[in-house]
Amino acid sequence: MSGNTRAAYLLPYYLWIVLFVAAPVVLVFYYSLFDVDGHFTFSNYAQFLTPVYLSMTLSSFWYALLITVCSLLVAYPAAYLLTRTKHKQLWLLLIILPTWINLLLKTYAFIGIFGTYGPVNAVLSLVGLGGQQLLFTSSSFVFVSVYIFVPFMILPIYNALEGLNPSLLDAARDLGASKWTAFRRVIFPLTLSGVRSGCMAVFIPALSLFMITRLIAGNRVITLGTAIEQHFLVTQDWGMGSTVAVFLILAMAIIMLITSGTKRRVRHGK
Amino acid sequence: MANKNRFGNIYLVLVFLVLYAPILYLMYYSFNSGGTMHQFEGFTLQYYKEVFADTRLIIIVINTLVIALLSSALATIIGIMGALAIHQMQNRRVRNTLLSLNNVLIVNPDVIIGASFLILFTMVGIKLGFYSVLLSHVAFSVPIAVIMILPRLQEMSPSLVDAARDLGASRMDVLTKVILPFIKPGIYAGFFMALTYSLDDFAVTFFVTGSGYSTLSVEIYSRARQGVSLSINALSTLIFLFTVLLVVGYYFIMRKANRNGKKEPAAEMGVPR
Repeated sequence: MSGNTRAAYLLPYYLWIVLFVAAPVVLVFYYSLFDVDGHFTFSNYAQFLTPVYLSMTLSSFWYALLITVCSLLVAYPAAYLLTRTKHKQLWLLLIILPTWINLLLKTYAFIGIFGTYGPVNAVLSLVGLGGQQLLFTSSSFVFVSVYIFVPFMILPIYNALEGLNPSLLDAARDLGASKWTAFRRVIFPLTLSGVRSGCMAVFIPALSLFMITRLIAGNRVITLGTAIEQHFLVTQDWGMGSTVAVFLILAMAIIMLITSGTKRRVRHGK
Repeated sequence: MANKNRFGNIYLVLVFLVLYAPILYLMYYSFNSGGTMHQFEGFTLQYYKEVFADTRLIIIVINTLVIALLSSALATIIGIMGALAIHQMQNRRVRNTLLSLNNVLIVNPDVIIGASFLILFTMVGIKLGFYSVLLSHVAFSVPIAVIMILPRLQEMSPSLVDAARDLGASRMDVLTKVILPFIKPGIYAGFFMALTYSLDDFAVTFFVTGSGYSTLSVEIYSRARQGVSLSINALSTLIFLFTVLLVVGYYFIMRKANRNGKKEPAAEMGVPR
């Protein structure tokens, strides 16, 4: 084969990069400059900078942060305890298994669980708190999102903890560090890369969730993702939708820059 | 010490309970003759019969499987080329650029991928339906395949290729008789991963299906929005069993791939969205 044919067989891959990586991003930027009637305008950007959209962006970030922090609080101890179990492989597999089940189905289950006659309400009335409206609240939205994202947080932290050199811990203990000090000064800082990639794996999707907001939060929570979906598929205002997308892309790029330097394999938790 | 251990175990058990509760809940009520997701009245297989009698649903399941198999096969082929392209790149900077471009679709939120593909397909003039869904699934599966294959390629000793060349193998022979067999576990892993991504995807598909064509997650979404129907429960029980089979299959592939390796297979398993 000559050099030319050698390059030719790689062509599909390069074509993929141009068509499906570069072009879509360019098109989103391009579309953000047009209004509903197809006129060139900057009005979408002006509109985005009004309080309505800014407060939505802010609340979207706030929920994403809340979801990330809650996931971390649940996941770190779980990952730590997992590394201490006997049959690590099996337990880890059991943590991973639910993530392979369609997200929609899990979300759908919560419609029943949080429903007016669901088990959670049954327990609440048993305790004497009476029936509560659980579905279509922001707290149920946060709970379901954390439920969905926790395994994605556990995995990278688990990998970081497993990669830890145990002799470092022994050394810390030998030097008189208490268990807590050893954790705070040795274990946690050394697993920070896992924590960081876990947070990335949760924060970015949490910014753009839209079906959980629809099914569980009943439009009470509007994230950037919901706004994009709304503009593209309901109001057909692609320009405005693209503008929101542009800001989401920018936000992501900034987050990436801040956390850059860490090895990132987001969904693989490596 | 023992006390602390017990506390830890309780915590872990609690996490597992919460993790599995919704799934078991769905499965349990799929047998409820009462027709609701509360108050179990009696055992019935009625909803399973409904699922199997629902031709529309069965067509959708077939659609989903066809899309998943086709798109992951195509994505794996393109992924092999991509991994080779990145691997062969001598210039570090170009190589890193290529790698970052490769990962754009992995870190990009689904909504943006969906919306931008919708723009792309309408601009190019591809009708929304089977082809737009297939293309977008191929598109978002390619980087996953690359990421699963590339490490195997980097593990390969370059002298292996040199030896083959010295013995008179053509480029094509080197590729088909040396490189491809060596990276086979990575190729399988990539294919499997792409398969699960495709089966699981909702957000991207939702944007590019148009009317008339549907995949399972899009269908579940529209049914769930209409309210509770126990045939979804029956369906999800069936999907759960199928998923367990897939995971076990994938686990064994990874174990085979890592047999003499140092990494544990479960830790290597990627997680679909």
